[in-house]
Amino acid sequence: MGTLNILVAVCLIYVIFLFLVAFGAERAAMRGKGGWLRSPLVYTLSLSIYCTAWTFYGAVGYAARSGLEYLTIYIGPSLVMIGWWWVLRKLVRIGRAQRVTSIADLISSRYGKSNLLAVGVTVLAVIGTTPYIALQLQSVTVSFAVFSDAYEASVPLQSQESNALLVAAGLALFTIVFGTRNLDVNERHHGVVMAIAVEAIVKLFALLAVGAFVVWGIGGGVTEILHRIDTSKIGAWQIEGDRWAALVFLSAAAFLCLPRMFQVMVVENEDEGHLRTASWAFPAYLMVMSLFVVPIAVVGLDMMPEGSNPDFFVLTVPLATGNDGLAMLSFLGGFSSATSMVIVAALALSTMVSNHIVMPIWLSVTGGGASVSGDVRHVVLLSRRISIGAVVTLGYLYFRLSGGGSALASIGLISFAGVAQFLPVLLGGIFWRGATRTGAFAGLTVGFLIWAYALLLPSFGTGVLISQEVLNNGPFGIGWLRPQAFFGITGMDPLVHAILWSISLNTLCFYIASLVGFPSPLERLQGAQFVNVYEHSSNPQSWSGSLAQSEDLMVMAQRILGAREAQELFEREARRQGVSGLLPEPSPDFLQVLERELSGSVGAATAHAMIGQIVGGASVSVEDLMAVADETAQMMEYSSQLEAKSEELTRTARQLRQANEKLTQISEQKDSFLSQVSHELRTPMTSIRAFSEILRDSDLLSEAEKVKYSSIIHDEAIRLTRLLDDLLDLSVLENGQVNLNVQTGQLSEVLDHAIAAALTGGGPDRLEVNRRRAREHVWLSTDLDRLSQVFINLISNAQKYCDADQPSLSILVGRRDGALIIDFIDNGSGISKQDQAVIFEKFARVGEQRASGAGLGLAICREIMARLGGDIDYLPGQGGAAFRVSLPGALAVAAQ
Amino acid sequence: MGKSVLLIEDEPNIIEAISFILSRDGWTVATHSNGHDAVGVVESTLPDLIILDVMLPGKSGYEILREIRELHETQGIPVLMLTARGQVKDREMAERAGASRFMTKPFSNAEVLEAVRELVVR
Repeated sequence: MGTLNILVAVCLIYVIFLFLVAFGAERAAMRGKGGWLRSPLVYTLSLSIYCTAWTFYGAVGYAARSGLEYLTIYIGPSLVMIGWWWVLRKLVRIGRAQRVTSIADLISSRYGKSNLLAVGVTVLAVIGTTPYIALQLQSVTVSFAVFSDAYEASVPLQSQESNALLVAAGLALFTIVFGTRNLDVNERHHGVVMAIAVEAIVKLFALLAVGAFVVWGIGGGVTEILHRIDTSKIGAWQIEGDRWAALVFLSAAAFLCLPRMFQVMVVENEDEGHLRTASWAFPAYLMVMSLFVVPIAVVGLDMMPEGSNPDFFVLTVPLATGNDGLAMLSFLGGFSSATSMVIVAALALSTMVSNHIVMPIWLSVTGGGASVSGDVRHVVLLSRRISIGAVVTLGYLYFRLSGGGSALASIGLISFAGVAQFLPVLLGGIFWRGATRTGAFAGLTVGFLIWAYALLLPSFGTGVLISQEVLNNGPFGIGWLRPQAFFGITGMDPLVHAILWSISLNTLCFYIASLVGFPSPLERLQGAQFVNVYEHSSNPQSWSGSLAQSEDLMVMAQRILGAREAQELFEREARRQGVSGLLPEPSPDFLQVLERELSGSVGAATAHAMIGQIVGGASVSVEDLMAVADETAQMMEYSSQLEAKSEELTRTARQLRQANEKLTQISEQKDSFLSQVSHELRTPMTSIRAFSEILRDSDLLSEAEKVKYSSIIHDEAIRLTRLLDDLLDLSVLENGQVNLNVQTGQLSEVLDHAIAAALTGGGPDRLEVNRRRAREHVWLSTDLDRLSQVFINLISNAQKYCDADQPSLSILVGRRDGALIIDFIDNGSGISKQDQAVIFEKFARVGEQRASGAGLGLAICREIMARLGGDIDYLPGQGGAAFRVSLPGALAVAAQ
Repeated sequence: MGKSVLLIEDEPNIIEAISFILSRDGWTVATHSNGHDAVGVVESTLPDLIILDVMLPGKSGYEILREIRELHETQGIPVLMLTARGQVKDREMAERAGASRFMTKPFSNAEVLEAVRELVVR
């Protein structure tokens, strides 16, 4: 009893030690210090979870029963590691590129992200693994029992089963603590990996210690042992070719497909380069593990009493020779094998169960809206933990219900055969682009049905789940469907038979259904991505993708760039690449060009996501979507800016058009003005020329005629001069080049001067001017000469055009709104409304009367008044012609 | 009695000059100085030749000429157009309106006489 207590204590200490190792590794990894955690050695050792308690204890039993056949279990993985490491490398590369979390994830992801497929794989993996977990629990329980048997033979096995519960609970706890500490995207668990690496050393060391003890302690040296082996029946090489081949294949397939192996090999892989080391180190580890199996079996068979269980020779031989310490070490080795397997299996299965079953259900129940919010984290963790508990509980229940014992002994190979059904779908998925989801479903279903029917059901024993009747005569008496003799082929080993049929029919169905079915675009893309993972993942910064179908890119590009533009782009690129045909190879260069083109239309993030969808197959993350949304917002803003710009342009265009119209108008006015000037100049010149010719050529002119004609020439010359003066004056005024000569003076004096200048020569028709001098005493400070010019013009106009019998002009001075106003009103018939509009225009001569003026007077007046800061207007409704001159008040100094 | 010339012109000095030149050459010169009723005067007097200024108060010379050319009695009368705007487009407008001859002011007296003599075949 004392030893048993010590054993329990040692167990506890060992478990605490494992906790500390795992904890330390997690801490180191979190601080970023754990460089040693990422060594190829740790990776290699972690692979040793392949060697479970079944291998640790069972190999010796296997050898004791079946000779060297046990070696097949080591040969399979060794062959895979050495000969097929390029398959492993591809798996690892895909796992990293696709962020694969489990074998179910890998298969579902490859076949178009089908969750149904993932659920199927998960369920099958759980079915295949649960008996194996039960086996580990049993081995721990039995090894406890072996110890207790040696000391307290009376303790029944049943009471030891509570140990199994304790162990199961402890393992679940360990897995929960170190398997779900945090949610790492890569699903890496440094603590767990470190702990199983330590356990790998412990079990290797334990087995070697027992082996060394057996060889040198009991057997009497190497030579003696070799002699004993030769004489033993184990030493006889009875190789059954088909069974060996089947077992090697099986162990190799299981090595690739077991969820826990996938977990340590692919998911927990830190560095692809580690595979290189593991490819020789792991086979070496297996070789060392298997080194002492035969000696222990031989010595055990010789030494132990008849009927003792050879499965526990590793424990019982040291115990029988009184080496309790060694036995304890051996027990720890077996314990390590069992626990590491359960921990990793629980971790791997819980990830699958949680990700593919629990979370989808939870998300659909809660409406899925939470998938983006932060609270999903704790749900995921909780779901993981519950899944771990469920997986371990399932294993424990299986152990309890199956009753342990012989039913479990053969479960190892059966379990292997179950998970081996993943192999065709897995290999097909990473090497054959034509593989489809339908094919995967067909293959897996057929494979597992045959496995369950031909291997699993009969394994529970005849009459438990499958009757002797069915076994012998087939279901419903259909002979060729006998579980262990399909198509009437009898005499085959049941295991070989089941493997042969399940795997071959699995592969066949997978192949045919893949050929018949048509893959969805996503499947095609994922397929390309998996099969061509090396080209894709070599340079993560730039796109690569002979994987992408150029047609898919073309279809997308056409939608975004427009059909013709896209075709031109593709043709140009194809020419550049020197490819015949219209579609270029989707080289990284081309994809970059395409992405650039697309980003011009839809923005960089969107373009990247789109090409990523087609080429990379990378799923679009929330960040990507946010970036896309940002871009969309920017584009909308840009578009509204463009709209504003467009409006502005329209406005500018309108203004330009108006300006152009104005310029055209001005140009026409200028032409018209020049034409007018020409007319005004030519008319007096015509008279001058005609009369000067008359004077020159005619001798018969009277003296009166000569005088008259000379006067005409004289007058017309003056008219010409005045016209030129006016034109120059107007030009100066209009160009604003006029210099005002500001003086201060009395308005009355300016008027006096203007009247005197305008009314020269007092004939009988002289205009009478009426003024109110009292009002004219206003001091002005302005260009008095120019103001006077305006007055002269108005007065002489009245003189010229007033048609009254007794023409008179009233000059009225007043103030209005602070401005000084001077009105000139005559008593004639006035100017018609129609003419009022044009009198201030140049060359505007109204009415029938001919006058000597060129029609520039009022135009000049208006320009002058504008320069003086005042104004001149026609004043309608006054009877005769009336003009109002107004000056700003500031120019008028208050009357003194 | 010499052939009759109707001079339609609003500039008094030019009227006097042309009247003097033609009268001395033996023509009978009638004058009219506004555009309004010029066509009516032409219709009632039916001169052998019309000398027509373009810029007239009331109605432009082109318009008067068009109307003359539309009337049956007057459409054969040769018309000598005078303009003070010597541009090409003025000449074209005159020809389109049906002018027999186009002269730009200022002209020499000899030119006028020669044109009148050519237009009216005695």
